[in-house]
Amino acid sequence: MRKRRALPVLIGAIALATAMAGCSSSPGGSSADSTAQSSQSGTDNGKKVDIAIIAKGYQNQYWVAVKNGAEQEAKKQGVSITFSGPQTENDVEQQAEIFKSEVARHPSAIAVAALDSKGFGKQLELAKAANIPVIAFNNSIESDIPVTTASTDNKAAAAAAAEHMAKLLGNKGVVGVMAYSQTSESGIARRDGFVEWMKQNAPGIRLLPVVYDDSDLQKAADLTKAMIASTPDLTAIFAANEVSALGVLRGVKESGKTGLTLVGFDSGKAQKDAVRSGVIAGSITQNPVGMGAQIVKSALAILKGESQPPVIDTGFQWYDKTNIDDPSIAPLLYD
Amino acid sequence: MRAPTLATLTLPPQKLADRIIATAKSRLRQVMAFAALLAIYAFFAAISDDFTTYNNLISILFSTVVVGILAIGTTFVIVTAGIDLSLGTGMTLCAVMAGKIMVDWHVPLIPGLILTLAVGAIIGAINGINITILHVPPFIATLAMMLVAEGLALVISHSAPIYFDKVSGFEDISTGEILPGVSLPNAVLVLIGVAVVSSIVLNRTILGRYALAIGSNEQAASRTGVNVRKWLLTIYIFAGMFIALAAIMVTARLGSAQPALGLGYELQAIAAVVIGGTSLFGGTGTILGTVIGGLIMSTLTNGLQIVSVQQEWQQVVLGIIIVASVYVDNLRRRRA
Repeated sequence: MRKRRALPVLIGAIALATAMAGCSSSPGGSSADSTAQSSQSGTDNGKKVDIAIIAKGYQNQYWVAVKNGAEQEAKKQGVSITFSGPQTENDVEQQAEIFKSEVARHPSAIAVAALDSKGFGKQLELAKAANIPVIAFNNSIESDIPVTTASTDNKAAAAAAAEHMAKLLGNKGVVGVMAYSQTSESGIARRDGFVEWMKQNAPGIRLLPVVYDDSDLQKAADLTKAMIASTPDLTAIFAANEVSALGVLRGVKESGKTGLTLVGFDSGKAQKDAVRSGVIAGSITQNPVGMGAQIVKSALAILKGESQPPVIDTGFQWYDKTNIDDPSIAPLLYD
Repeated sequence: MRAPTLATLTLPPQKLADRIIATAKSRLRQVMAFAALLAIYAFFAAISDDFTTYNNLISILFSTVVVGILAIGTTFVIVTAGIDLSLGTGMTLCAVMAGKIMVDWHVPLIPGLILTLAVGAIIGAINGINITILHVPPFIATLAMMLVAEGLALVISHSAPIYFDKVSGFEDISTGEILPGVSLPNAVLVLIGVAVVSSIVLNRTILGRYALAIGSNEQAASRTGVNVRKWLLTIYIFAGMFIALAAIMVTARLGSAQPALGLGYELQAIAAVVIGGTSLFGGTGTILGTVIGGLIMSTLTNGLQIVSVQQEWQQVVLGIIIVASVYVDNLRRRRA
């Protein structure tokens, strides 16, 4: 007699149903808070000022840099912050859960980098009802609740990357684009900023269809090799974030292809090394440390009743081997 | 001396005949998977010359290595009717530990690799203990391990990648080419080696036979004197070392241990096993099938990219193939 077992059926169903997504993007996990950094004085009507910062993740070096900037500023101002984020940068639902539990804690202010910039507006109602001011950072949220948005103008930053690349290529060639997300606002803005600038200003440059690595380094490397294999006349690749840039570097190295002009985005030790050695021609850096500090500054201003502009551009810079160690650039880069 | 086959020792003739038919069926499944792989390959080859180049063939094999090794290891677990959801983040933890061991603690390459394998074995052992002694169902025990491993990987690495550029010879494990005169990365050789050895272990050793017997009917295996607890634990430990090996291969390829790379790989590995004809109910399965399953997935991903199918649609196609392969198999089984 064969016993029917329910568990394998369940497992099979889950594995197969998620395999579609699992083949290219990470599934969700559960909640995990990062660290909390605090300091002594700073009060808000007698209560200690406590700013809850919710990022899109906490593993990527970029978010760590935002956190460091916020911690430094918080220490300076004598306030405390908490920093948390979902386990993967796809987990919209988990981020909403984290937001809910932070609202329940009733901090002085909440800053959030929404994974789902369209859908997160309804979560913000919770904070509004609890009278907690909200700051959007990294990317905007489609809602009128955030008092201000502290973000990089990603579209302008990616357009600057396109402009530098076009100059390097002498306005001709075949260019691939390694993007990292079809859904996140910053991912879309960087893709569109780059592609639109190229289409409008560099008629001699042919763009390949955009590919997406879902911030998986190994996938980026495999996609790069496929791109090189299918496009013998490829001349350049733009990689839209740190992981994409590293994946492109690996893929190019493994394929043995030489003479490609690579342009990156963000920093990180390996990308900085590649820029220094010239393997990456240049890269765009945001200012994550400054963004973290800006969150704290804006929160304190709002709590004091000062007005804030609706959007605060935290800036970006092009860097290459000639200026990577300049005092104006070096502090923006992280390892 | 060869260990006696459990089936021949314990099953009455009628059951033995069933067993032979079942084996033939599972072979047929592998033949079908292989035919599907060839068909997919031929399809892309007909559309694009870029697809059939030697370099691209190597790219496909190379991109199969990590998921392939995870899938081979977990085949041993799945044939026992178990499941391991901690493959992906377990790999992340092993990768980070490899970095700790070889980069931060300066342990030389060979002992460093052995210690990394030990980390994988420990992950497997904890899974095994939870399942066999605490009687936590495999799904739950490994789900818990998935979370624990992910958290530990982040804590240990301080959420930052660990670079191996100062560990000489490490990257050669993956991207070096040990065979003279042939452009074939070592990673591909490792995959082939692992597949051959694992196939022998599954078919020709007591561990493999007991794994199949436990998955086929745990009570019967127990009644015939198999120490099910001990062997299940051994199997999970054995499978854990594949997690560590996959971690070594991905880390050597990328030159760094990435604290956020791994989650999701468990599902790709399980999908490869399923496409390769191994039943999630346990009792049947082959390593060759698993390798073919992994190759089907990487060939599709590569081919669809080469012929410029929009990536959103690639995922749809991959999903349909997975469901179709299992559905066709079910149909055949019902008719048989």
